[in-house]
Order: sequence, then structure tokens, then C-alpha cells
Amino acid sequence: MTDSPPANEHGTGEPGSAALVRYTEALLARPWLVVAVTALSMLILSAGAVSIGVTNDHRVLFDERNPQLLAYQALEATYTESDTALIAVAPDEGSVFSQEALGLIEALTESGWQTPHSIRVDSLTNYNHSESSGDDLIVGPLVEDAQALDDDGVARIEEIALNTPETVGRLVSADGRVGAVVITFALPENPDAAVIETTDHLHGVLDDYRSAYPQISLHVTGDVLMNRAFADATRDDLEKLTPIVFAVIVLVTIAILRSLLATVAVVVTLIFTINTTMGFAGWVGTVFNPVNAGVPLIVLTIAVADSIHIVSGTMTGLARGLTRHEAIIRSIRDNAYPVLLTSITTSLAFLTLNASEAPPFRVLGNLVAFGVLCAFVFSMTLLPAVLALLPLRGRERADWRFLARLANFVIARRVTLVWTMSLLTVVLIAGAWRPDFTDNWTTYFDDRYEFRRDTDFVVENLTGLESWEYSLDSGVEGGITDPEYLRAVDGFAGWLREQPEVSHVQAFPDIMKRLNKNMHGDDPAYYRLPDDGELAAQYLLLYELSLPFGNDLNDRLDVAKSSTRLTAMARGGLTASQQRDFDVRAQDWLQANAPDLASPATGFTITFAHLSQRNIESMLQATILAMGGISIILLLVLKSWRLGLISLVPNYIPAAMSFGVWGYLVGQVGLAGSVMTAVAFGIVVDDTTHFLTKYRRVRNAGHSSADAVRATFAETGRALWTTTAILVAGFLVFASSGFEVSWTLGVLVAITLALALVADFLLLPPLLMALDRRKT
Amino acid sequence: MTLALLRGAIAAAIVAAAIPGSDAAAQELTAAEQKGLDIALEARERRLGFGNFTARQNMLLRNKRGQESQRELRVKVMEVDGDGDMSLFVFDEPRDVQGTAFLIHAHKDKGDDQWLYLPALKRVKRISSGNRSGSFMGSEFAYEDMTPPEVEKFTYRHLRDEPCGELTCTVVERNPTDERSGYSRQTVWRDTEELRIWKVEYFDRKNAHLKTLNLDGYERHLDRFWQAGQMDMVNHLTGKSTTLTWTDYVFQGELDAGDFTQAGLRRAR
Repeated sequence: MTDSPPANEHGTGEPGSAALVRYTEALLARPWLVVAVTALSMLILSAGAVSIGVTNDHRVLFDERNPQLLAYQALEATYTESDTALIAVAPDEGSVFSQEALGLIEALTESGWQTPHSIRVDSLTNYNHSESSGDDLIVGPLVEDAQALDDDGVARIEEIALNTPETVGRLVSADGRVGAVVITFALPENPDAAVIETTDHLHGVLDDYRSAYPQISLHVTGDVLMNRAFADATRDDLEKLTPIVFAVIVLVTIAILRSLLATVAVVVTLIFTINTTMGFAGWVGTVFNPVNAGVPLIVLTIAVADSIHIVSGTMTGLARGLTRHEAIIRSIRDNAYPVLLTSITTSLAFLTLNASEAPPFRVLGNLVAFGVLCAFVFSMTLLPAVLALLPLRGRERADWRFLARLANFVIARRVTLVWTMSLLTVVLIAGAWRPDFTDNWTTYFDDRYEFRRDTDFVVENLTGLESWEYSLDSGVEGGITDPEYLRAVDGFAGWLREQPEVSHVQAFPDIMKRLNKNMHGDDPAYYRLPDDGELAAQYLLLYELSLPFGNDLNDRLDVAKSSTRLTAMARGGLTASQQRDFDVRAQDWLQANAPDLASPATGFTITFAHLSQRNIESMLQATILAMGGISIILLLVLKSWRLGLISLVPNYIPAAMSFGVWGYLVGQVGLAGSVMTAVAFGIVVDDTTHFLTKYRRVRNAGHSSADAVRATFAETGRALWTTTAILVAGFLVFASSGFEVSWTLGVLVAITLALALVADFLLLPPLLMALDRRKT
Repeated sequence: MTLALLRGAIAAAIVAAAIPGSDAAAQELTAAEQKGLDIALEARERRLGFGNFTARQNMLLRNKRGQESQRELRVKVMEVDGDGDMSLFVFDEPRDVQGTAFLIHAHKDKGDDQWLYLPALKRVKRISSGNRSGSFMGSEFAYEDMTPPEVEKFTYRHLRDEPCGELTCTVVERNPTDERSGYSRQTVWRDTEELRIWKVEYFDRKNAHLKTLNLDGYERHLDRFWQAGQMDMVNHLTGKSTTLTWTDYVFQGELDAGDFTQAGLRRAR
């Protein structure tokens, strides 16, 4: 590498160099004191970690002013809470219409009532069937004492269940092979403990029945179970992934530094950083959930870069024969400025997550920003002190011949590279328009969670789990029995049933039709809406007086009988945009046919369907703002418009490219996609910053741009490759999470960082050589 | 009080004899169970002989959002020798159910008989569900929460005496004998002086505190019969509540058993 100018000699030109040297000398004069003071501050801050909470409430994903969430809460306050668990009963052979299977559903219905926080149980067996006999209206559970049924009794039940729109497709599958028990819960304001209690209870009950009925399989899903999966995933990520990331970082660091002692210095700094960050999280009352459970992983991964830069600088100094103190002082002098710069830009990028619609991302952004600054502070205080205390020995390191060859290749083929890289960029970015932004709670967790396996079973075999909820307001007290209202709602229900996206519709007029039939001696010809509003109201009164405890209509009707709730279940596999578009179509239909009833869909599903979109809108502005701000910082630092503008290319292109890769390979992206750019940008900028500051220094010393590229490759190449290796490895571990948002974020960021490295080495240098032609 | 207790004991003996197969059970009552039963019997004893009464009921329903809705009813109740009361409800509000009338024959030893007259259909329909703990007109009251239940439909256990306001209350837990009841148990606060109920806590089948009923505005009729003027029911699980106000009590008016038949039901309006 004799053709490379000794870049370190140019380091003295940085602002405040002399002060930095004095500062480091003072530090190294009393290393034990520095270690003691930093350790004390770390201990005080990390004491807060005990008060870190973990929540399983999916509502943390939403801002408390989120309009869809508010509409959903209003729906729940008007009718009844809609946290549910659905137990699917599927005999391995035959249908659920057997004494045994119906008996099991009956028993599970009773267990439903015994489940903590349950307020309502709807099942195939306790469905309140009504029929008439003379002047009697007989309302009773469809199945009572299944064990005592004879074959005719079972056949009669099958006949009713498979021909009643209120049951088929909801409480029993159309083919009769799967039956259901739906438990509705009223969970307390802070549902964490209740969710654990409820789901533990349910799993215990189901396990008991599984061993008693080995030939019938049981599956359980619903939003309460999802909340539980939320808690499990958070814990898994915090407890299982964090140590793996730590181990990966340690191994990669040993491989890079080739010194156990140097690795010890890095690891000590990392431990201080992570403890302080998590302690700070506790002090400010952070509650973790799956979305921000990645904080320790991300902090570890990003923070390690600072120490690696400083330690490898020191090792290089030692190898060149400097004393330990000289080597440390020189490394601090050379690296303090770029490390500060990258810490600031990374923090800024993470702070933009405060614009996110989903509060957990704000927490993630703030904590990582804090962690990154922590890492800087410890790298400037604790790390040099520890290095001074360790008996480090310099070892002559062979330069990476690969980097020199790469530099020569890039310089020789710069024109070809600019064109091929541009073409590749354009092709990849073209795919960035492909991903559909979708958040779907039924696919938030992968197959390792029982929740996902059960959910898939239920969606495939019984009913969709996502729904559009409509509160249809007649505008008049008691207006729901008005024939015109009933006809309008029935018309809407009929239209919904014709739509390919809909698997089942639960609508109030069906009850009125059934009662009208009952009141006319069960004559099927009268299965239609009553023509007289008063008659309808009186039927309803009669029916309500007949319904047993816990099976009332209070979850479908408001107290003033002025509005009813209509639930349209979606088929599985719809994307968020399909769900939103469907509601737009539904609103069009209502506007054209029943304009008084038009009101947007609400509910769990629709709230999720809007989440990513809202988040993208809010993040887009903030990300652009942050990118602008960081670019201006780079311009000021590089003191060159030309370099500043060129730096935009490797900063912006990788994120767009990785969206493109994702678009070609996967196609759907959720919440993670909306914050990925901000997260990745903050890290990518670091590489560019290191690259360009070194490049400028050599260039300012009067060398040609080709020589500057060669020097920069030699000087920063190793650090950039190794830090990228650590970052990619760290984010890939993150990607092994079973929670969709985490693994998507992990994969997207890892791809982006890898592409950024490619851009920094294959695209940026040819661009510099082509555009930076000024004489110096 | 000694006279009252003696009467209670006699009544208890009569009840024990009247319920088939309960002799053995009656003998095994613990002191607390005996005391609980005695209090229930004594309260019934004090209600005996009211003959009949009419009153107006206003129900104010509220959901969690504070949305409200009213129901207006008239009620007639007649005492039946040796069996449960007969009750007739006539609905005035909401308008679309005006004139609808609901007749109940309560029974000590079997399910109640219930009929509804639908004026729009001009027909009487019998309700075959035997259900008493479902929601009454969408309110937080079940039919069984509004009227004094038959003593025989529960078992009792005296828990404690404690101050309640300016009075002393005796607290009794009662468990429904009907397996289909929506409740696992109820805790009842009665003052020791007049055995008026001031509070009832309802527990659902998994023993969670479901509802609380508070009673107030007691007035004495015919110098003997205490009736609450206001009953507030709160559902703790759903956040919904209902206030039931009783007015215009008339005791021992011009009623006859014919008013409480299916034919009487048609005439009720």
C-alpha cells in the first residue's frame, strides 16, 4: 500500500484537535477515576431497569387520538365490548353433529361462562332457537343435554343449524365439520394481567378436553389470544434475541480485532451503554411491547460501531509502534469528530420516529437515539480509560489485499460501474411501487406461535376473523323496528352477502324475519320482514323477554333501540387496501340506497387496516424533513456543495432499492415498512460520512480523486465492511423474531445496509471520480 | 323480635315440610344457614297480607357513553295464597309497544308461567323459556331482580351484621337452587329494624361481581308495607346502568284474580 498517502497525517486539521489531545491526556492520567465515575453513573441510571413494564394490549399500537380507534371505542361503548376468543371444535372424522361433538361444545360453552372476565358466550349449542307451537313461542338453546339425544334429535339440530343464516358460517361451518364457541370478554382498562389469566385458563381447559376427546381437535383464536401472543413475542424478543445479538457482536468483534483484550474493551463499553439505556427506559416509565422490544438489539448493534472505530484506530497505532497512550490519543483525535457526527445524524434519524402514528415507534426512536448518544459518551470516556488499563499489544495486521484490488477495479471500471449500478438502481427502485401496505393481525405472528396455527385453521375451515362493523343509526328512538329501516338494513346485508370479500353477515333484520315466521306457525313463506312497525317492536319485546341471561341482544342493539350493529366477516387473506376499498364500496352503496344509514366501517380490523397508511403519511413528512436536515449537516461538515450533493445518492438510494427488492420478493409490507427508511437512513448516513470525510481529507491534501478513493478504501474500508457486517448480522437476528413487524424491519434494514455498502464502494467512488474534478 | 323469630321458625318448619326431600337438608342447616333462612322467612312474613297493589315504573337506561333511554310501565301485583304472586306489566313507553302486556304467575315449586299480549297482533303468546335472569326490556334488571323472589328458590347463609348508614344491616348470602340461573350467588343487605333491602350484589356463574343494586326512597304503605321508590342497578362488567323509579303506589285497590288471566291480559291496556 505504498501508493496510498498516510491518511492519519492529515488528521491534525480537524477542529479542536489540540483540545481533544489535552482532554484525552487528562483522561488517561487517571483511568481508574474515569472508570469509577462512569460506573457510578451507569449503576444509578440502570437501577431504573427494574420498573420496565411489558404490555400485551394491542391498543398501544394506536395513538389515543387515532380516529379509527375512537370510532371503535364508541362502538364498544354503545353496544358491548368486543374482545373475543373463538374456540373451534373439529372432529377428525365426520361432522360436529354427533352426541359426542355436540356434548363437547355444550361443555365448552359452560367453560366459557367459567372463563375469567367473560360476559357472553355464543355457541352452536346455546344459540337461541325459536319456534312456535300453537300460541306458544318457544325460545331455547339449540342443544340441551347432547348426550341424551337420539339420531333424529341430532338430525333435527343439523337441519336447523345448517339452514339458519345466524349460525351457518359463524357458529358452524357450511359443511358441518367445524363448530364454534365464541366467548366475549369485558377486560379491565389495563388488560395485561387479565389477558394472561384468561388465556392461561382457556389453554388449561382446552388441554383437559383434548385429552378427554383425543379424536376431536380444538383450536382457539381471537383478539384476546392475539394479545397473549403479543406478550409472548415481546418476551421472546427481549429474552431470547438480545443474548443472541450480543453473542454475534462479540464473535464478530473478536474476528475483526483479532484480540480478546480489545474485544473486552468493546464489550464493557457495550454493557455500559445497554444498561444505561434500559435503565433510562425504566426511569421514564417505558412499557415494552413487540414493536419496541427490539430497542436493546438495535442499540447494541448500532452502538458497537463507535467503539470498533476507536479500538481499531488504537490497534493500528500500536502496530505502528506507538505507545499505548499515544495510540489511544491519536485514535481519539482522529475518530472523535466522525463518531460524534455519525452519532448525531443517527440520533436525529431515530428521533423522527416521534412523528409515527404508532406510539411504540416513538418510544423506540427516543430510546435508540438516547442509546446512540450514550454509546458516544462512553466511547469518549470509559473506552479510552479501559484501553489504557489493558495490556494491549499491537500486532502487525496484514492489510486487506482485497480492498486494494477492489479500489483498482473500481477506478479502472468507473464508467461501466456508473452505468451498471444506475441500471440496477432503476430496476430495483421500479419494484418499490409494488409493495402493498397492509397490517393484518391474523398474520402478525408466524407459525412458531400456536395462535397463528389456530388462526389459520379457523380462517380456512370455519370463518374469517376480520370484520367490518357497522353501527346503523335510524336517527329515531325505537327506530330500529321501523319497516323502512329494517328493509334498508336488510338490503345492505343482502348486498354484503353478494360480495366476494364477505364470508358471513350478522344483521338484525334476520332476527325479525325469523320471529315473523315463528309468529305465523313457522310457515317458511313468512320468513320476511314484518310490514308493521308496531308489530315488529312487539315481536322484539316478546323475543327479548324470552332470552336467557347472557344471550340478550344488548351487543347488537343500543339502549334507545335507535341503532343496530351489523357485522360483516371478511374472508381470509385480504390486504389492508382491499379492506379499505371494500368499505369505500360499501359506503357508495349506502349513499346510493340508504344515505341516512351511511357511516364508515369500524372495528378491530378496520383500525388495523388504516394503521400503516396513517403511519406512512405521518412518517413521510418527518423522514423527508430529517433527510433534509441531515444532508445539510453533511454539507456543512464536508464544506462542499458538490460532495454534499453526491452524498445524497448513497444515502437515499439503498432504502428505495430495498423496498424494490421487497416488492419483487414479498409484495406486502406493514408497519415496519413505514418506519424502515428513518431507521436505515440514520445508519446508512454513517458509512457515507466516514467515507466522505476521509476522502475529502486526502483530496484537500492535494491528491487526485482516484488517489483519494484508493486511500479511503485502505483507510476506512475495513471499518465500513466490519461495522456493516455487525449491523447486518444484528438486524438479521432481529429478523428471526416471530413478530411480523420485527422481522420485516430486520430484513428490510439488513438489505438496506448491505445495499448501502455496495453503493458506497461501487457507486459512490465512480461518481466522485466523474463529478469531483476540481483541481486542488 | 322474639315473636317474629318464633313466627319465622314456624314458617321454616312449614317450608321444610312443603319441599319434598328437603327434610334431611333442613336438619343439616348450620347456624349461619338457619339464620339466613330465618331472615328471608321473616321478611316474607312481613310482606304477607298486602293483597294487591298497583304502581307505575319508570326505567332509565344508560350505556357507557351516557346515552339514555326511558321505559314506562304500569304494574299490578296480586298475592296468591300458598303460591307465588301474580304480576301484570302494561307497557306505555316506548310508543311502539304501548298496550303490550306481560303476565307472570310465579310459582314456588316450578317454573313461572309467562304470557305476553301483543296488541298489534291481537294475540296472547305464551313464553316458554322459564327464564328469569335475562335482561328485562334491554335494561340491567332481570325480571327476578325487580320483585321479591320466592324464598324457596334460594339457599341462605347469614354472613355478618354491620352498620349501613344510620342503620344496622344484616348481610345474607343467597344461592339460587335453579341451575339455569345466571347468578351463582347474591349478597343482600337488610336493615335489622324493618328488614328492608338496601343493597344487593350479584355474582355471575364464575363468581365475578356482575351487578350491584342500591335501593332508596322507602315509603311505608298501609302502615305496614315498605316499598322502595328508587332502584339503581349498575353492571360492573359492561358499564351500563338502569334506574328504576316506582311511583303512584296504591295498595289493596279494586283488583280481582280475573285481571290476571289470559283474558284479563287482553283487556289490560
